[in-house]
Amino acid sequence: MALSIPYLLTIIIFLPLLGAAVVMFAPGDRTKKWLALATTLVTFAVSLLLWTNWQQGEAGMQFVEDAVWFAPLGIRYALGVDGISLFLVLLTTLLMPIAVYFSILYVDKRIGPYMALMLLLETAMIGVFLALDLVLFFVFFEASLIPMYFLIGEWGGQNRVYAAVKFFLYTFAGSALMVVAILIVYFSTGTFDIVALQSTPMPVAVQTWAFLAFSLAFAVKTPLFPFHTWLPDAHVQAPTAGSIILAGVLLKMGTYGFLRLAMPIFPQAAQQFGPLLATLAIVGILYGALVALMQKDLKALVAYSSVAHLGYVMLGVIAMNAQGVSGSVLQMVNHGLSTGALFLLVGLLYERRHTRMLDDFGGLWASVPVYTGLFLVVAMSSAGLPGLNGFVGEFAIMLGAYNYMPIFAVLAAAGVILAAWYLLTAFRKMAQGEITNPANDKQHLKDLNLKELVMVVPLVILFFVIGLFPNLFFDKINPSVEAMLETRTVLLQQGAAAQMPSLELAEIVVTEAK
Amino acid sequence: MLESVWLLFALPALGALIILFAGRWMSQKVVGWVASAAVLGAFLVAVSLWFSLAGLPAEARSVTVTWWEWMTIGAFRVPAAVLIDPLSVIMALVVTGVGFLIHVYSIGYMEHEPRYQRFFFYMNFFILAMLTLVMSNNFLGMFVGWEGVGLASFLLIGFWFDKRDDMYGWYADAGKKAFIVNRIGDFGMILAMIMVWSTVGTLIFTELGAAVHNLAPATATIICLLLLLGATGKSAQIPLYIWLPDAMAGPTPVSALIHAATMVTAGVYMIIRTNALWHLSLDAGLTTAWIGMVTALLAASIALVQTDLKKILAYSTISQLGFMIAAAGLGAYGAALFHLVTHAFFKALLFLAAGSVMHATDGILDINRLGGLRHKMPTTYRTFLIGAAALAGIPLFSGFFSKDAILVIELQRNVALYLIGAVAALLTAIYSFRAVFVTFHGQPRDQHIYDHAHESPSVMTIPLWILAVLSVAAGVINLPFVLTLDHWLEPVIGEHEQIPLVLELLGITLSIVIAVFGVLIARARYLTHEPWVARLEQPFAFLKPTLEHRWYVDDLYAFFIVSPLKGVSGWFARVFDPKVIDGAVNGVGGVINGTGEVVRKVQNGAIPTYALSILLGVVAVLFYFLFVG
Repeated sequence: MALSIPYLLTIIIFLPLLGAAVVMFAPGDRTKKWLALATTLVTFAVSLLLWTNWQQGEAGMQFVEDAVWFAPLGIRYALGVDGISLFLVLLTTLLMPIAVYFSILYVDKRIGPYMALMLLLETAMIGVFLALDLVLFFVFFEASLIPMYFLIGEWGGQNRVYAAVKFFLYTFAGSALMVVAILIVYFSTGTFDIVALQSTPMPVAVQTWAFLAFSLAFAVKTPLFPFHTWLPDAHVQAPTAGSIILAGVLLKMGTYGFLRLAMPIFPQAAQQFGPLLATLAIVGILYGALVALMQKDLKALVAYSSVAHLGYVMLGVIAMNAQGVSGSVLQMVNHGLSTGALFLLVGLLYERRHTRMLDDFGGLWASVPVYTGLFLVVAMSSAGLPGLNGFVGEFAIMLGAYNYMPIFAVLAAAGVILAAWYLLTAFRKMAQGEITNPANDKQHLKDLNLKELVMVVPLVILFFVIGLFPNLFFDKINPSVEAMLETRTVLLQQGAAAQMPSLELAEIVVTEAK
Repeated sequence: MLESVWLLFALPALGALIILFAGRWMSQKVVGWVASAAVLGAFLVAVSLWFSLAGLPAEARSVTVTWWEWMTIGAFRVPAAVLIDPLSVIMALVVTGVGFLIHVYSIGYMEHEPRYQRFFFYMNFFILAMLTLVMSNNFLGMFVGWEGVGLASFLLIGFWFDKRDDMYGWYADAGKKAFIVNRIGDFGMILAMIMVWSTVGTLIFTELGAAVHNLAPATATIICLLLLLGATGKSAQIPLYIWLPDAMAGPTPVSALIHAATMVTAGVYMIIRTNALWHLSLDAGLTTAWIGMVTALLAASIALVQTDLKKILAYSTISQLGFMIAAAGLGAYGAALFHLVTHAFFKALLFLAAGSVMHATDGILDINRLGGLRHKMPTTYRTFLIGAAALAGIPLFSGFFSKDAILVIELQRNVALYLIGAVAALLTAIYSFRAVFVTFHGQPRDQHIYDHAHESPSVMTIPLWILAVLSVAAGVINLPFVLTLDHWLEPVIGEHEQIPLVLELLGITLSIVIAVFGVLIARARYLTHEPWVARLEQPFAFLKPTLEHRWYVDDLYAFFIVSPLKGVSGWFARVFDPKVIDGAVNGVGGVINGTGEVVRKVQNGAIPTYALSILLGVVAVLFYFLFVG
């Protein structure tokens, strides 16, 4: 067991960036495409070292790197990975080759910048999950915004510019608040160290403001109801690969932010606002599902289903007990895989038919059985069919929610009914019934070929692996989650014992600034 | 020997995988026999499990084989494990035994079906899921099977997904309805499992008995009622039975296997399996019994006026499941399982015989267009008659003993329930022989159909005969006073409660009278058309429209649940989300910055610069704060 490979995390983060630079200067579109794919594949392979060299049972950060970045303020280039972030990193490195390969097959316009942006995005996303310093986290968090903005705005559909700007403004407004929050935290504690902050007590007033600011930033990203309306637009307009990454990884930056920062660093505030956030999560679950039910555009339907699914993840995070949080961590991965696969399949259909409207299809099960069969498996995974991945996470989350406040589990379980409803409605319209449009028949519509299967099948295999052997994942997730919960409990007890005088925020800022 | 239980799962799984990946190069016959062989193998494994278990002393007949730790989070721990005990082995025998016969029958029945690979793949998958349901040693594993059979049911009801007719509408819609209605039941199951773990601390069945002692009765009642909701979904009881009649859109072997013999009994099995919880709540048990009996009566009354042979059988299934559920609710687990087993035989037989008719009439099952078929299809007629006799509770047929066992318990516990049961039993006898007389006796009503009718091939009739023998003889597994099955189940359900001899004899006598009277009424009404029946019928004539509209239950659902929900989600999707929520946020954006302005700039191509400048601004602000701070 070779434990630490020097600079492994740095390598994983910056390999794609290096690849982006190479792609920009490489000659010829073909070369660019394959270089980009090679980069993501190598990154994926390297990231697997995290799994193989994992120190089993270890709760704390592993593969830690720590260097001074800006000494006067104690800003550090600190990286580390634990059970909470491990699978998000692996999810990212797994989905990237798939998204890039899809683009190789179906994107032709200005391929150089496109691939470079994709790779840049990968660097930023992995960075978010690995950063242990608030400033570093923020830099990566923001950096992820730019490539996605351009990917939607330049390579998107008809209404792409509107969607891109909306995406940008929404998340940007959130980020602006996060800057403020980070500064509040820094002035209150004097550190940007995320791990240290998890055991640093803060006055309740500070916690409240900082928590709210962080929450808003992450709520937009997640997206939590009612901050979700950018998502359907962004998804409908984004190119397929963009949608895969947006739903698969980018949204998790929001829930990950809650889990890593907002909830453990400000435990009292989190406790206070927990019921409110949980209510929003529940509304998201039910509302997202009901709106999804009525969508005519397949991509919009999947987008709204994301609102519902991320509601589950949020619920588990807010429950702040072992089952809820571990379930949420796994569910983030599950949603990434299932929704990534859904967008991939929708994309494959779109490239054939140049429409995503449910009414344009019907009877596909007769003409493209392999595609339809896989679609059904993916839909079932998304609907939380036991035996597949989604159920394991959802059930753990509902277990956690019940032990947080039973009513939330009851409502979340109602969402399970609706999930089946909207997914089967989509399946019914798309795959079942008669073929009414000749474009959908066997002669005109081709079933998936080998190249396309290569993208879908690994995801489907993972559905089964996670569904049947979730302990492969929980073994690594649980220790970190439990340690985090313990630290948080200690902090809460300290807070309760100390009974800190509730200072006004302004006062604190003033005194700290002096 | 018990270690070989993995084969029970591996064989149908292998069959399904072979058909999935290699089926396209195999003929219909080969695919059918591969699938059948897989289930036969599983049946032989089940038989060997039964022998091994019977060889053990009674108190040792509960063997857990753990495969791997499935899901562990903190104190929450669920293994992937199977429980081999008297109950699960009986279920496995029924599932694989009846399953095998129906697989073989399907080779003949689905002979002209171009998508035969899918059919047999789904069937093997169903067997796998059903075995998971009955063999798992914990709630969550059972739930995997529970949903797996639901998926198989969805796939097979909508097997002809591109077909529609006047009775079912789009077949695909029937499958969708079944899945979603079942999901309402799953809502109850999920919450029940969560509550069980949160209050009892384990989801493992064998640990329940010792762990439930400190469970508050009120909590137990809630848990059991949630489980009941699950059971009403899967076992088609009030209020969730509405999916089962539509499920008849599926191919007839599917109706026989899934929607009569096995899957729909899952709710009954689940209650028996979780009896440790039900012991704590008499209220929940009584509620269950009432739901079961009211369902039994309601469904039997609807069956009386249905004109489609399969629909008659579907409502009959709902009704018989009501008997089983009621028995389970009253704690008469032996009687419930007994009726489950005999019903699996005779109802599978009835469906398969109906399928044989369908095979002969080119899909026509409207009994008003049939008649006189016994001359054309003697085997089908005889076996159907045996099935109907068992269903009607004609003495000495298996259904007589098992239904009587339930009625006697009701007589002992609650006379009101018994009266409902007696009326339902009378109606059962009437509608089953109505089906016999109208379909097979009298004059042909449609000469064209009659002329083309023919007996089915032996690949279909041999399963019919085997099931017919079982329908006659299965009563021996639990004869009154002998109670072999009850004793066999004692390790799972505890000692059998003694019933006073007088009650037992009274019950048997009444059952005989009811069955014979029912058959006589049916004969007089549908065969010999005697006037006294019309007079008997007169006072009930006003009910006919209500019955024909199936008590308006589907309409009530549409009016009170489906339409409002669709209305709300439509309003959300068309008005609230785009106008109110999005509008509000856009409005805020507009106030601050002028979204329109932004968009115009964007369209001028200035947005990249714009965006970048914002970002640079942020970084500048950040550093400004950092340095000044």
